[in-house]
Amino acid sequence: MTTIESRPETATKAPPGAKRRRRVHPVIVIALGAVLVVALTYVLPPFRNYQLATVGAYFCVTAGLTVLTGLNGQLSLGHGALMATGAYTLALAQNRWESLPLSFALAVLVTTGVGAVIGLAAARLRGPYLAGLTLAVAIVVPSVTSTFDETFNSDQGLSVFLEPPPEQYPMEQWQAWLCWAAALVVVLLLALLVRGRFGRDLRAVRDDETAAKLAGINIARTQVLAFVVSAACAGVAGALFAYLAQSVSPGAFPLTLSLFLLMAIVIGGLGSLFGALWGALLLVVLPALSQSVGEQTGSQRLEGNLALIVFGVVLVVVMLAAPGGLASIPSRISRLIRRNR
Amino acid sequence: MSEFIYLTFDGLSRGLVYAAFALALVLIWRAARIVNFAQGAMAVSAVYVAYSVTNATGSYWLGFAAALLAGLALGVTVERVVMRFVDHSSPLNGVVVALGLVLILQGVLGIVYGNEFLPFSTPFSRDAFEVGGVAMLSRYDLFVIAAVGSVVIALTLLFTRTAIGLRMRAAAFAPDVSRLLGVSVGGMLTLGWALAAAVGSLAGILVVPTELGVHPTAMDVVFVSAFAAAVVGGLDSPIGAVVGGLIVGVLLSYVSGYIDVTVAPMAVLALLVVVLLGRPGGLFSSSKARVA
Repeated sequence: MTTIESRPETATKAPPGAKRRRRVHPVIVIALGAVLVVALTYVLPPFRNYQLATVGAYFCVTAGLTVLTGLNGQLSLGHGALMATGAYTLALAQNRWESLPLSFALAVLVTTGVGAVIGLAAARLRGPYLAGLTLAVAIVVPSVTSTFDETFNSDQGLSVFLEPPPEQYPMEQWQAWLCWAAALVVVLLLALLVRGRFGRDLRAVRDDETAAKLAGINIARTQVLAFVVSAACAGVAGALFAYLAQSVSPGAFPLTLSLFLLMAIVIGGLGSLFGALWGALLLVVLPALSQSVGEQTGSQRLEGNLALIVFGVVLVVVMLAAPGGLASIPSRISRLIRRNR
Repeated sequence: MSEFIYLTFDGLSRGLVYAAFALALVLIWRAARIVNFAQGAMAVSAVYVAYSVTNATGSYWLGFAAALLAGLALGVTVERVVMRFVDHSSPLNGVVVALGLVLILQGVLGIVYGNEFLPFSTPFSRDAFEVGGVAMLSRYDLFVIAAVGSVVIALTLLFTRTAIGLRMRAAAFAPDVSRLLGVSVGGMLTLGWALAAAVGSLAGILVVPTELGVHPTAMDVVFVSAFAAAVVGGLDSPIGAVVGGLIVGVLLSYVSGYIDVTVAPMAVLALLVVVLLGRPGGLFSSSKARVA
């Protein structure tokens, strides 16, 4: 399953890769993944299936973000806000037309449009400036819901009208299927996209803009496209979140969500789609663990906040000790062994 | 007209707080080429220290002093323990580590104090004086003006008139040469972080009582406003940060007063977009090229 990733890339220096593994075509990996997920949904109890579905939803956005930040070097703190855009679009469209496919399509379309606008601005900005602008987006978007409270119903948010799934399948299993179908399609498209010329352009722009320009790459276009692709993924994830929760509210998309997403891709290894899966998994597992710790100690304050601390510590430690993330650790170790010999 | 005057003064007073916070960002940017995204969380931590001290002793001023000391200590800790070891080959790394610190600080504060808004009162009345029937400044506004004003003057004197200020500027401008001349570059960097964090804490303790109260995320919006202020002024210029802060403060005051409070964050975003796209170096930038 380690094969859909391009070589583990880092925002800093790509470690001189260990031996290249032979690449299996992404379609095969995704097909295997689909079989695995379907098998899992029959084994797991309902609540685990719901968590599995959440992992799928997170996988969409982390995969998109890792392409943007890891492969193209643009740091976005606004993906939580983009998810909110997708989620609210789904809710509004669903409550008006009651057709899930149409609502999904609209959610992705609208989010892509918003992403294109941010991307156009982002293409002119670098480093901390881009981070600051997207941070502003992440903080402003929730406040939009109280400005236009007739449409978005302020802090209470909206409930989402959903038709029940076919009778023979339990709700959670159906949700897991839908989320993972979306996630696998998204990741397959991303994997195919970054394998080819587009992926090469992304990396070239990240590593050296001047050299990329000399090689005939249109830098602004590449950066905007990366943002648009990544925003579309965030839109899918946002729509899935609205579908899973059957409601949307600004509280579900705080700044910490955007920071969590960043943490997920940094830990997974920036630029690695497989790392994005690990990140998505951690996003579901760590809060659940911290909640159970909180319940055991009977401390309500511990429940939500322990996860924050764990995420923060992991983020800092990974950045200081292994900027390539988990995915780069094997090659780091092998390098260390070689050096000591 | 009287509303206009009131909003202008209110905006200037609020803008001074943004100016102080932006100044903290600029100090660190000049010293280390890092935009300290953890500044907001660090300032909130200091305000929580003030909250505890004030509640324990009943004295606002002990809390005030404790916040500034906590800010200094936090700045030293963050620089010595974390930021010093960040690989600076990509500007992303510093940002990501700072965001990690935000998560840690907010988590710790949430566990210790809980995720509710805790009330924090001002030492002076916030009722505005009236001059000829027009509401202008409150006692608290005067206090803010005095506090931020003395910090700005003190920093200016420090950087332009003292040997240590000269060393700090040299260490930031040409680290290698300064090191050869016997300046402790690392020490100056730590000092810069400590000063910046203390100034940020001052801004925090000034702004938090005027809003909903102390909360782990209380400074998020303030951070964005101050970042906008720093960008308006050009990240490199302390004077720019002060002017930028005043511009942002007055703009926000007008927007909240004439349109709606909830529109204010959007106005910040719009200002940020306009400045970044139109004049990315800021209104007061001295250098032509952005370095990061």
